[in-house]
Amino acid sequence: MKLRSRHLLALEGMSKDEITLILDTAETLKEILARPIRIVPTLRGVGVVNLFYEASTRTRISFELAEKRLSAEVVNFSASTSSVKKGETLKDTVRNIEAMKIDMVVVRHQASGVPYFLTQCMKASIINAGDGAHEHPTQGLLDVFTVREKYKRIKGLKVVIVGDIKHSRVARSDIWGFTALGADVSVCGPTTMLPLEIEKMGVKAYSDLDQALEGADVVNVLRIQLERQRGSLLPSLREYSNKFGITRDRLNRLNQNFTIMHPGPINRGVEITPEVADGPHSVILDQVTNGVAVRMAVLYLLSGGEGKVE
Amino acid sequence: MPKKQKIVLVMDAKAVERALIRVAHEMVEKNKGAENLAVIGIKTRGAYLAERIAKLIEQIEKVKIPVGLMDITLYRDDIQTKLEQPVVQKTEVLFDVVDKVIVLVDDVLFTGRTIRAALDQIIDFGRPKNIQLAVLVDRGHRELPIRADYVGKNIPTAKDDRVNVKITEVDKEDSVSIIKQ
Repeated sequence: MKLRSRHLLALEGMSKDEITLILDTAETLKEILARPIRIVPTLRGVGVVNLFYEASTRTRISFELAEKRLSAEVVNFSASTSSVKKGETLKDTVRNIEAMKIDMVVVRHQASGVPYFLTQCMKASIINAGDGAHEHPTQGLLDVFTVREKYKRIKGLKVVIVGDIKHSRVARSDIWGFTALGADVSVCGPTTMLPLEIEKMGVKAYSDLDQALEGADVVNVLRIQLERQRGSLLPSLREYSNKFGITRDRLNRLNQNFTIMHPGPINRGVEITPEVADGPHSVILDQVTNGVAVRMAVLYLLSGGEGKVE
Repeated sequence: MPKKQKIVLVMDAKAVERALIRVAHEMVEKNKGAENLAVIGIKTRGAYLAERIAKLIEQIEKVKIPVGLMDITLYRDDIQTKLEQPVVQKTEVLFDVVDKVIVLVDDVLFTGRTIRAALDQIIDFGRPKNIQLAVLVDRGHRELPIRADYVGKNIPTAKDDRVNVKITEVDKEDSVSIIKQ
């Protein structure tokens, strides 16, 4: 069993077996994080660039730790402190980076499709760390991993994703990931934030939160991305939190053993109240811990050479 | 056209059992008891052999010794040359290796590269008092300066022969055979 592509651009189109391979590998690698020396020599001599054109705390640190714990050689790039400021194009930037002998590129960019573009202009393996409103595949994988770790299955669980579905790459990766493994996925948000024909992705769409939460096992609360709002999709944040904010009172409709997730960063009091975010059903910090293991698995599985098998 | 293969049985179930009993006795003799002893088996088959040896030592010395299981995939030296990444299995060393006498257990000793990887991995868990090596079969052709302290059977082979170890827990029987190319 191996991954079909040497890049990780999206969860769309990935088979159940491929996703399961990544999750199983992550489960094994998670044990390393509990060792006295949390580092293995697997990717010694492999050069990885973290190419971040957008701000990030979790994803960037998580990737960097995953790379370092596999002994890769890590270089960090952020657009704000580079020659991008002097007008260098993306293509020139990556071709120069590649000229310095790089094997893998982890890229985050505000434009959808940039990771694919990089596969066309460089030889390195490309890992998408979030591109525009397209996908954030490692976040999708760590969300599925966290839920699978808790329930020991994905099939048949009812997963509700709440928030700005239209602008959310996390929502898209989660939808592909959870549906590939057989979960029953719904999305919920103001109609201005639900893409047209979202049902074609195999999900149910609601604009009434209480209706969406009926019988749910997992609620993934998305951040309201103030930086991506163009025009007026929302009358006010206060109205949003009244209608779509996750509060303790709303959670009575869920199954007993429900789970609250959030990809971070949290706008406390807007999409989720602090008592829910920090409450006993929240796995928000487990998601962060698991992120490192999942990214280690992706780096490991994509780093194979071209030599013979056994 | 594939060449004709010749399969020679070199150890049957009885022979494997006797070899393991002798190896267990040798371990206890060399270390003057089993007080500070622990075994770590290398996956897949070495792990089962380690469990059996621990049981034998328990019968001989009446002490229970810790057993660890180790997958060395992440420490291989050829990981970036392979087309397909090997499946990583769980490593479970749930005891403190510091100041213990660790006996590594594997089924076949060949190039020594697996043992090199296992040594590096153990040392990342802590600093044992010393590390010893027990193998069911030593088939020669070392590529590294590594030797075994306890050997079930030395089997002379040609470099391209295959040594096939079967262990009841995985293969429904205990046996060692050589497949000559």
